[in-house]
Amino acid sequence: MSTDLTMAAVPGPIRADYLVVSRLIEPGSKVLDVGCGDGGLLKLLRDEKGVDGRGIELSREGVNRCVAEGLAVIQGDADTDLAFYPDDAFDVVILSQTIQATRAPRVVLEHMLRIGKQAVVSFPNFGHWRLRLQLVTRGRMPTSDNLPYHWYDTPNIHFCTIRDFVDLVREVEAVIDHSTALDGWGREVRVNAPWWFWNFFGEQAVFKLRGKR
Amino acid sequence: MARPRRISDELARQQADQPAGDVARFGVDEPLLLDAGIALAPFQIAYRTYGTLNAARSNAILVCHALTGDQHVASDNPVTGKPGWWDIMIGPGKPIDTDRYFVISSNVLGGCMGTTGPASTDPATGKPYGLSLPLITIPDMVRAQAMLVKRLGIDTLFSVVGGSMGGMQVLQWATQYRDRVFSAMPIATAARHSAQNIAFHEVGRQAIMADPEWRGGRYLAEGSRPGAGLAVARMAAHITYLSDAALHRKFGRRFQDRDAPTFSFDADFQVESYLRYQGEAFVERFDANSYLYVTRAMDYFDIAADHGGSLAKAFAGTKTRFCVVSFTSDWLFPTADSRHVVHALNAAGASVSFAEITSDKGHDAFLLTRGFLESAARARGIA
Repeated sequence: MSTDLTMAAVPGPIRADYLVVSRLIEPGSKVLDVGCGDGGLLKLLRDEKGVDGRGIELSREGVNRCVAEGLAVIQGDADTDLAFYPDDAFDVVILSQTIQATRAPRVVLEHMLRIGKQAVVSFPNFGHWRLRLQLVTRGRMPTSDNLPYHWYDTPNIHFCTIRDFVDLVREVEAVIDHSTALDGWGREVRVNAPWWFWNFFGEQAVFKLRGKR
Repeated sequence: MARPRRISDELARQQADQPAGDVARFGVDEPLLLDAGIALAPFQIAYRTYGTLNAARSNAILVCHALTGDQHVASDNPVTGKPGWWDIMIGPGKPIDTDRYFVISSNVLGGCMGTTGPASTDPATGKPYGLSLPLITIPDMVRAQAMLVKRLGIDTLFSVVGGSMGGMQVLQWATQYRDRVFSAMPIATAARHSAQNIAFHEVGRQAIMADPEWRGGRYLAEGSRPGAGLAVARMAAHITYLSDAALHRKFGRRFQDRDAPTFSFDADFQVESYLRYQGEAFVERFDANSYLYVTRAMDYFDIAADHGGSLAKAFAGTKTRFCVVSFTSDWLFPTADSRHVVHALNAAGASVSFAEITSDKGHDAFLLTRGFLESAARARGIA
């Protein structure tokens, strides 16, 4: 899961969603980052939060960079490899900008809730007004700085909107402990807004969930 | 291709009892209990060390060699005169940095470079052991190494590193002596030897035993040598060390020093000439019975079988940090074998890195090794 592919155009030294995710992680906790890319988030969590971090990454290049950095990352696929982890093995399992690239998002989410006491999921919101506008006015699959691909070469095969994701959370009977929407500049969209508002103005969303035990 | 330099039999033979480098001797009061149910004593372990053990005795790395390797990892081989087989990886400033780490490498039990093996002289008879030496297993090799490490005054190894059969030893260390291994790097290996690999080994063994000069394993005592059989074994094995693509790239169908086939069984093709060279060169430095013993040890290797069939159980509760590495073109120890180990380590909650290296990007292996050891050294407090 190459997160660096989907988020390549986000400016700044540290991705905005990384900082939001990082705020949701307790210092010193045991974390699994699924689709950890080149390890940027794991490094941030290790250096700033002292977490015991592990990662799974699909791309060989990403894994090599991570391991050379001393991160405990394995080359693997979220769709197949999460099944090998035991229940409650981690405090938090993170899926950062990756769920849209999995073959079975629901299964992946269920595994995350099983493996981790909590799950943090960030994803690009396909309900953002600019994407909607593109579909309405141009009649073509939307693209953006964050989502630069054509329909035929994108690794993102399961896009969803914030409302779609909330439906999935209900479907798998998880509890939302925290949620945030970020606008195009990585700023948090007004808190306490209704879902439709976030769904319209949020370019990305970050959710912290836990399974019902 | 040039014929291999003729090395006197004496030179290779003498290494079996009087090896270059260091030797740890264990007397009858320190027997080695073998899986075969026999206590081996006395016995000896030939080894080399590089770098300096620090005051805390916390910077020791054990490097385990593969089937036909030896303890001379970073110094000239006393038989062939060539640089150590892992000279590129071990040394001052190299990924396994001897300015920082204390590197230990020993010849495996059953080997022929100075650790007790079938070519060694049996002190009870004054003659080479030959087949009277009990069968050896990978756990036996590791038990012997643990005795050596203890004798060197080291309680916990900072790391155990090795590829292929060396990787099997790494995995064995990590299960058998889990509290004495801070980090482990099993490279291009498996937690059990596959049926295909056992089959290849059997071909090699049968080639040796079919050579009349093998003489039921007594060739050393009878002043003979099953060179033809051992060379064929090496040729067959060597094919498995190269991928189809590599053979094609290296040799294709090119002729050797000729423009057309000779309509004979001469080595018309470069690939034939190459294999014959590999076979002949190997015979000069390796003992045929040792080849039987060490291949057999690999065949018997199956960690899960020793833990009720569950590899995850073998690693349960481990604190060791693992870095598992495989290579894309390796078909003796394919990536699936490494992934199998990784899944078991994940299931056991172990700290594990796993990278598959594109075989033509060997440099990645250096960066990975350096990065992994450096982060482990930070965690271990090694300056």
